[in-house]
Amino acid sequence: MLADIIQFDFLRNTFLTGIIVGIIAPLLGTFIIVRRLSLIADALSHVTLAGIAFGLLLEKKYMVTLSPLYSGMAFSVMGSIFIEKLRRVYQAYQELAIPIILSGGVGLSVIFISLADGFNTDLFNYLFGSVSAVSKNDFLMITGISIVIMIVITLFYKELFSLSFDEEHATVSGIHAKWIHLLFIVLTALVIAVSIRIVGVLLVSALMTLPVAASMRIAKGFKQMIGFSIAFGEIAVIIGLISGYYFSIPPGGTIVMVAIIILLLSISVKRITFRTQRKRDRK
Amino acid sequence: MITMKDVSFHYENKDVLKNINFEIPRGAFMGLVGPNGGGKTTLIKLILGLLKPDKGDIFLFGEPIHKFKAWNKIGFVSQKSNSFNKGFPATVYEVVSMGLTAKIGYFKFPTKRHKQKVLHAIDQVGMKEYTYENIGNLSGGQQQRVFIARSLVSEPELLILDEPTVGVDYENVQRFYELLHDLNTKKNITLLLVTHDTGTMTEYATDIVCLNQTLHFHGDPEAYCSLSETELSKFYGHPVNLVTHEH
Repeated sequence: MLADIIQFDFLRNTFLTGIIVGIIAPLLGTFIIVRRLSLIADALSHVTLAGIAFGLLLEKKYMVTLSPLYSGMAFSVMGSIFIEKLRRVYQAYQELAIPIILSGGVGLSVIFISLADGFNTDLFNYLFGSVSAVSKNDFLMITGISIVIMIVITLFYKELFSLSFDEEHATVSGIHAKWIHLLFIVLTALVIAVSIRIVGVLLVSALMTLPVAASMRIAKGFKQMIGFSIAFGEIAVIIGLISGYYFSIPPGGTIVMVAIIILLLSISVKRITFRTQRKRDRK
Repeated sequence: MITMKDVSFHYENKDVLKNINFEIPRGAFMGLVGPNGGGKTTLIKLILGLLKPDKGDIFLFGEPIHKFKAWNKIGFVSQKSNSFNKGFPATVYEVVSMGLTAKIGYFKFPTKRHKQKVLHAIDQVGMKEYTYENIGNLSGGQQQRVFIARSLVSEPELLILDEPTVGVDYENVQRFYELLHDLNTKKNITLLLVTHDTGTMTEYATDIVCLNQTLHFHGDPEAYCSLSETELSKFYGHPVNLVTHEH
């Protein structure tokens, strides 16, 4: 594949985008998991699908040549702000925001797809990812947004970490919880929108959660968990992309399967280490 | 240090606090006791600015609470600290460093000096050997010490603790009070401790306040211990049998 990556622009774009997504998806995923918001990624990915369907509809019916990634991103960000508002309205039932937004996203997608009299391979690529769908413009846009996401996370790392661990303490000590929450959810929306080209709408939440679930079993401390999550995410993306390319399978599927294997391995390693330690303690 | 003047508060139709007047002098170790639902946690939330009083004034360090900005002078260990997500993969060092987040400020990164402060706070509560352990692996008493270190790291002048010994075994409660006593006498930190454990608390506190919607008692531990069971039953709203520890 290495020779093909050098030879073909589209493969190079996909591969480099994959590497970037392999960093930012597990990075945000770490905060999502510890805040017990795993399903938010699913809700937002379905809203992104509605945005993509809207973009494709504009392209097909009205010849508007706007990359569906932009409309997907706009819908995702709007959906994230709406989730935050709903979570505040239903304070005692905050998880209600997720099915509301998820079903809203699917509903809108169905409407846009019907209005466009259906889509063909384009939509399939957005659903499950593609090794050949990342254009030069997509790559530049994804890189730019990812750099912004990484800078913002670095700048607000300590606030995000404090709020994730103990919101009451963080608020009492003077952190503006409301604004940091909003910032966090908008970042999540952006990560989902930029990851979709590689893993697809239906599997993007897996790339945000599976590497984190694996690293959680073995990491000591939060920073180490972030480090392991990114490493596992990268392994999953690289192996997934290569195998997807060779077997002509959408990479979303192969990436997720590699991530699941990593997860199973980390669970086994933890179990074996625990048993060995217990045997040693008994002696 | 903290002054409350005629403070009242209600949730919906229920009066929780009525005309509360009291002062916490600098250097005091004040125990706040009273029955469940008597308004202790509400009083703490009012002091921390998490709730606004319906009536009356609160002064922190001589300033009206709405003008008060130096929140890093106040450390807080919440009732909920013990019920944190035990699976959260944070080391003791990482948890304690959270106490500096607001003090360091937005867009700034911790320096070497901040790192030393974190290590010092961990040492101060006797948890040095667990610095890089995940907090979820520690016992309830050890976790509580870590939360105190998180509050101490910003070098507060006043430390507020809301029922911090719930779920902690007797031996660790005893060590915990000794730590509080040291902080109060050696580091000159003023303490406000909400607790049900009146037995141990009376050994260390300098002032005791008994709260059940209104302030029923404010005095020193000797005066509190000399109260009859009939008087205590009147404060608590139900019969009370006073049990004292014999050491």
